[in-house]
Amino acid sequence: MKVALKSITFFTLLVVLSIPFSAFAKGSIETTTAKGGVKGDPVNTQAEIKEYIQHHLKDSHDFHLFSYFSENGEEHHVGFPLPVMLWGENGFTAFMSSAFHHDDSGEVVVEKNGSRFVKLHSKIYELNAGQTAVQFDADHHAVNASKPFDLSITKSVFGILVIGLLMLFWFSRLAKQYKSKKVPTGFGRVLEPLVVYVRDEIAKPNIGESYRKFTGYLLTVFFFIWILNLVGLMPFGFNVTGQIAVTAALAVITLVIYVFSGNKHFWGHMLWMPGIPYIFRPLLGLIELVGTLIIKPFSLLVRLFANITAGHTVVMSLIAVGILLQESLSAVGSTLVSLFLSLFIMLIELLVAFLQAYIFTTLSALFIGMAVADDHHDEELHDEHGEKIEDTEVIRKSFS
Amino acid sequence: MSLALVQEVAPMIPNMVGAGLVVIGGGIGLGKIGGAAMEGIARQPEAAGKIQTAMIIVAALLEGLAFGALILGA
Repeated sequence: MKVALKSITFFTLLVVLSIPFSAFAKGSIETTTAKGGVKGDPVNTQAEIKEYIQHHLKDSHDFHLFSYFSENGEEHHVGFPLPVMLWGENGFTAFMSSAFHHDDSGEVVVEKNGSRFVKLHSKIYELNAGQTAVQFDADHHAVNASKPFDLSITKSVFGILVIGLLMLFWFSRLAKQYKSKKVPTGFGRVLEPLVVYVRDEIAKPNIGESYRKFTGYLLTVFFFIWILNLVGLMPFGFNVTGQIAVTAALAVITLVIYVFSGNKHFWGHMLWMPGIPYIFRPLLGLIELVGTLIIKPFSLLVRLFANITAGHTVVMSLIAVGILLQESLSAVGSTLVSLFLSLFIMLIELLVAFLQAYIFTTLSALFIGMAVADDHHDEELHDEHGEKIEDTEVIRKSFS
Repeated sequence: MSLALVQEVAPMIPNMVGAGLVVIGGGIGLGKIGGAAMEGIARQPEAAGKIQTAMIIVAALLEGLAFGALILGA
């Protein structure tokens, strides 16, 4: 009963909160279709689907929820605007993205602070001085405009801020609960086993004795990636971990951590590897240096980005099957086929969302562990119960 | 097949062949990792957890390589 009441309150709140947004959307009337055609014209469905998927994978300057056609053929967009902040030729400029009226083809020119801005393929361009409209060359690139330094709160930045604040709230509450009681209550009960899992299964075995120093970062990055992966799969969610800039930033943080916490054994083994002929040492040092500074973070960032992008593309393509097969299978049949196909791929994506967070965290822990590992060459070996394992040479001698 | 279509498709062929080769290589690698892990688990079921972790890490490294090649090639 309590749970039912809570969910009813939540949904009521959601509906009440969404009223102003839909009111805003109705206020901004749009052109008939994106291509400038009239509703009812024959359209190239495959090309439209491709464009839609590409648009979905990109970051955008406003939070677009859905679009619909009203009875008189006008297209309405439902969503809310986000602040645009630019550093252009005339200094800092800020305005709301609703000024562009959902235009993405460079037609609407916004004049602020002495500069003119247009939005083109989800990127904001600043027109050169004296120009009033954007001009294109043969490849449809803008010729009389330049890109200002874009500091906008885009959809991804908005998502990062929301999830960051949510995580701050959840985990500070979880931490506070340990002061008064031994077992956390509420949502903390969900988080505690995950935190313990990351600490015991990822941080401890991969880093070793000094794991405490790095567990904070590993926990943060694990929950950040996992929650954002899941949010990316939700309807009306934001595809943040599919932005290469986000994954690149995460990989660079890992790189900075393991480069600056590397001890002298790490650097020594990397640049002047012991145990091999002297002439090969500079060569191997170079290879190791490139591998550590470039290939490791590159593979980290590409893995997450490509997995999430590929997953989203597959899910959306399978949903698009329903639209493409509509003529041959009727509306009900094609919907059933696409629902059936996309349901199972969504379940795999749920697994991938966790797996990628786990992999990113494990590999970060592994790289950090390599950097902080002590020189164990002449130490005694111990098995997992802490008992000494005889050196193989000693065992061999005892047989002869 | 018209000449215009051939001219449009022909420059894309190296990329496609490259992507196919990368996927074949990645598939062979993943198959070897998975097969070896299965054998290891069958021989020593109590080590299943450790083998699985190592398997996932190696598979992830391979996957990163394959995705890197695909992205650089595309």
